[in-house]
Amino acid sequence: MPKPKLALYWAASCGGCEIAVLDIEEKILDVAAFFDIVFWPCAMDFKYADVEAMEDQEIDITLFNGAIRTSENEHLAKLLRRKSKILIAFGSCAHEGCIPGLSNFYDAKSTFEYVYREAPSLEEGSRGVYPQPKTAVAEGEIEIPEFWNTVKPLDQVVEVDYTIPGCPPQSFQIAAVIEAVIDILKTGKALPPQGAILGAGDKTCCDECPRVRREKKIKEFFRPHEIIPKEDECLLDQGILCLGPATRSGCGALCVKANVPCRGCYGSPPNVHDQGAKMVSALSSVIDATTPEEARKIMEKIADPLGTLYRFSLARSTFRRVQMGNGKNS
Amino acid sequence: METQEKTIEQKAVQAKEKFEPRIVGFLCNWCAYSGADLAGVSRLQSSPNIRIIRTMCSGRVDPAMILRAFELGADGVLIAGCHFGDCHYLEGNFKTMRRIELLKMVLKRFGIDEKRLRLEWISASEAEKYARVSFEFTEQIREMGPLQLQTN
Repeated sequence: MPKPKLALYWAASCGGCEIAVLDIEEKILDVAAFFDIVFWPCAMDFKYADVEAMEDQEIDITLFNGAIRTSENEHLAKLLRRKSKILIAFGSCAHEGCIPGLSNFYDAKSTFEYVYREAPSLEEGSRGVYPQPKTAVAEGEIEIPEFWNTVKPLDQVVEVDYTIPGCPPQSFQIAAVIEAVIDILKTGKALPPQGAILGAGDKTCCDECPRVRREKKIKEFFRPHEIIPKEDECLLDQGILCLGPATRSGCGALCVKANVPCRGCYGSPPNVHDQGAKMVSALSSVIDATTPEEARKIMEKIADPLGTLYRFSLARSTFRRVQMGNGKNS
Repeated sequence: METQEKTIEQKAVQAKEKFEPRIVGFLCNWCAYSGADLAGVSRLQSSPNIRIIRTMCSGRVDPAMILRAFELGADGVLIAGCHFGDCHYLEGNFKTMRRIELLKMVLKRFGIDEKRLRLEWISASEAEKYARVSFEFTEQIREMGPLQLQTN
């Protein structure tokens, strides 16, 4: 039997997902032994032309990390979709936009305006010089990818078979998924249903959290630098905004065990359409206020509510992006 | 081509002139819905722009349902429940109040006018208040114009 073909690609991402793949330690040798790695720009020398030359559906599995930010990202997403039997959105960026998705607070124009004109670190000569998609040089015309207005998760651009959430997905979860995949390919077992979330639990982060929870009554929110949290008590009880109640389990409650509130990278739990809205609901239930004024006073201490509640899922939220024209988009 | 563009333009102008706000109203079973019902029984006119959805408690309305209403084309969302102290489930409406306050903060940062979301306390006997609020809110949304969401 020829080796199954595996591809890994990164679009708009930080590279952390690639490191998480390597963090499975000696199991990476099993991957290399079992699969024929046909495309992995981060680690091995392949060209886009190599992928273009393949037959449709020639790749058995593609792990795609990163969001869709540029025309290049979109081209590769569509190309790899066509060439792969199974396309897996790998990591939070491909799953829900993640940190690159936060640029949906702005559009391409205002982003460029800041980066190439207003940023204080720009040198005077380069201020106001914008990148052009096409530039003529002595050797001919060169092109760079176009920059889209809105960052999209992978499944808003192409059909995705499975998703492995997390920023990055935890290595023990990746190893477990790879083991399961090898097992399926070896024994011919049935694949999980399409659209399944792999390498994660189906409860919330709170379910894995070892801290003691009491009846919550929040009188004041604290930012992490304003308080030394007690080590065994629920962080939300202590007024530290922890996204555990609205986040999928699977990471092993990594952050809360390190005294840091959950930031929500594993995405929304099952049957939740909008992670931030769910967190609005959860917080409203525990804020100790009986008048709107009192409630506002407590809530005003939440720094950057949108960026906090949708830190990883803004591009996947109901509205997908901040409305630049105040909802009057004409 | 030019004529086609003109027609589109004219249609846009007509649509603006004829704009009828679409409003989703989540009304609690015990107070606000009964109030709206009483308005009907008493032959008080209320705004036909409000599509009423009856929920058992205003506290049952998940913020995701409100966002979804906007996503699916609502220009405004009205949440109406019992006055404080009247809640059939004791304190569901307190949760609603906090939820709407926080959701308004979020909506504002999403670039959506928070006035498109309105919270009112209407008892089962306040048919007149329901009728008044329904027209007031409809006119307010009419003035604000349609909500056009940008996804790209």
